[in-house]
Amino acid sequence: MQSPEPTTAPPIRVGEGAVVLPPVGGEVITTESGNLFLSDILHNKRAMSGCAVVLLLLLFCFVGPLLYHTNQTATNLNLENMPPGNGHPLGTDEYGIDILGRLMVGGQSSLELGFAVAISSTVIGALYGAISGMLGGVADAFLMRIVDTLLAVPTFILLLICASMFTLNLVSIIAILALLSWPYVCRLVRAQVLALKEREFVQASTAMGSTRMRILFRHMVPNTFNIFIVTTTFAIADSIYALSALSFLGLGPPPPFADWGTMLTNGVNDLFDSYPWEVYPALVVLVITVIAFRQIGDALNDIASARSSRR
Amino acid sequence: MIWLLLKRIGQSIAVIVGVMILTFVLVHLEPGNTARAVLGFKATPARVAIFNNTYGLNRPLPVQFWLYCIHVLHGNLGVSYSALQPVSTLIAQRLPRDVVLIGLSTFLSLIIGLPMGLYQALHHGTLKDDVVAGTWFTLYSAPDFMEALILIAIFCVHFHIFQPSFPGGITTVGGLFEDPRAMVLPVVVLAINNVASYSQYMRSSAIEELAQDYIRTARAKGMRERMILTRHLLRNALLPIITILGLSLPDLVAGAVIAEAIFSFPGMGLLFWQSALSHDYPVLLGATLIIGIATIAGNLIADIAYGILDPRIRHAVA
Repeated sequence: MQSPEPTTAPPIRVGEGAVVLPPVGGEVITTESGNLFLSDILHNKRAMSGCAVVLLLLLFCFVGPLLYHTNQTATNLNLENMPPGNGHPLGTDEYGIDILGRLMVGGQSSLELGFAVAISSTVIGALYGAISGMLGGVADAFLMRIVDTLLAVPTFILLLICASMFTLNLVSIIAILALLSWPYVCRLVRAQVLALKEREFVQASTAMGSTRMRILFRHMVPNTFNIFIVTTTFAIADSIYALSALSFLGLGPPPPFADWGTMLTNGVNDLFDSYPWEVYPALVVLVITVIAFRQIGDALNDIASARSSRR
Repeated sequence: MIWLLLKRIGQSIAVIVGVMILTFVLVHLEPGNTARAVLGFKATPARVAIFNNTYGLNRPLPVQFWLYCIHVLHGNLGVSYSALQPVSTLIAQRLPRDVVLIGLSTFLSLIIGLPMGLYQALHHGTLKDDVVAGTWFTLYSAPDFMEALILIAIFCVHFHIFQPSFPGGITTVGGLFEDPRAMVLPVVVLAINNVASYSQYMRSSAIEELAQDYIRTARAKGMRERMILTRHLLRNALLPIITILGLSLPDLVAGAVIAEAIFSFPGMGLLFWQSALSHDYPVLLGATLIIGIATIAGNLIADIAYGILDPRIRHAVA
């Protein structure tokens, strides 16, 4: 017997003893079918403060360069490694480029990457998982072994292999990360679909002659929406982090590409040459961003599981 | 139980074959010529031809895959392009060192993370819970390579306590401990991220168990809190952690790549990174296959252990 009021289900057991977890971290994504309501989110302090931080970051990166003009393309060796002050509030880097302006431009690619990867991998994973769960039987078993295969090798390892083969740019790295990170969403959505299939409203719909497509898009997709939102927020943080780790290992996109990870990597050499202002700003914004998105995800997850246990 | 186990093993084998296909196809997707990528753009056509002939790269792709599978079944993972040594030898040298590194760091993160999670669960919803969670959350969110470099800046550059890179020339597993101080930073860096995840899983698992009736019963009959924790709560709350341990292996491997690259720890991660930089595909293929098998085996072992340790599962599936 399962306890009637699951609070937070630790590891999620799906189907034949397989267990699904979010890619990283201690967050437990619930598969209970609680729906997120706007009023809940608006009253949740953690979710709202996370959203406020994200909004500020977006303003900083996309509106900031309109107000704070810097030259981010030409190197100026007269200005290299300047400490903060003197027209450069955060100093300059080894090429004489203003660091505050660099943070804004780098943030654009980091955030674009985060959102693009999260949304595309969630859509791929959700559709794949929903279709697999709907089909059931042999097709489901086959489709799930493909997912297991992708899950068996750490995403970062596959990312390294891809990065060693291709010359990366923002678009290709978005494509690669999206193609590598959808299986996590897929397992969660499939589990939800398998649970939904047994519910009365779906059976009633089937009995009334609904086609599979209609059930998929009218019943399955809306009821897995909370999984979408929660995994999307986590995926944003994870992909920004993955790109920074890749840049750090020297396999990221070549210059003039800039993101917070490359800034960190370039600044790392200067950590020991006493130019700390070239490292810490990028580190601080990166950590703030990752924490903000994870807080939103965590809070939404709490709301969804609280909803489902109240019913 | 036996039937379920056989089914799981069958699935695992299917997944291992899948990993072989996936990595093989992935590696051969490279645009352009592998020989050119390895030998450089100035290589003469004759050298390219010899290279292709030596490594069988001039054969059709399905034939190459077929030969690759046969070789793998014979324990032959190919020959490294750059080290000119069998991949299996390279991996066999490094894998035990990784077992030591990952084992030590997992042990460290468990002995910190589990009590921490339990502490948070017991103070659930208070400021203490938030402070502990917030601290680990921040450490967890900071990129691990930055944590490593800040630790190096503090302990190696400023205080000269540890060495920033691993001593070279290590040939045996025991050699890792010739200078035990060199092991400290890699193990700590790898452990930091896992402490956060283990403590959070322990926290949610313990909170769920604390809400159960048997805890209330134990309290009602006047059992001492200490006994409730050790006799009742821990046993149940630790069960999900077994599964988490099995599943955290991919993250550990990914973390190991970064940590080993920074500290030049002579393990699989460093080998993998160097091979990725030098387009050494036989090594990448072999290492990925071994990592995949280790992950699948880890999950399988965790599932079996769960079944053995949890009487509800042990007796439920006849």
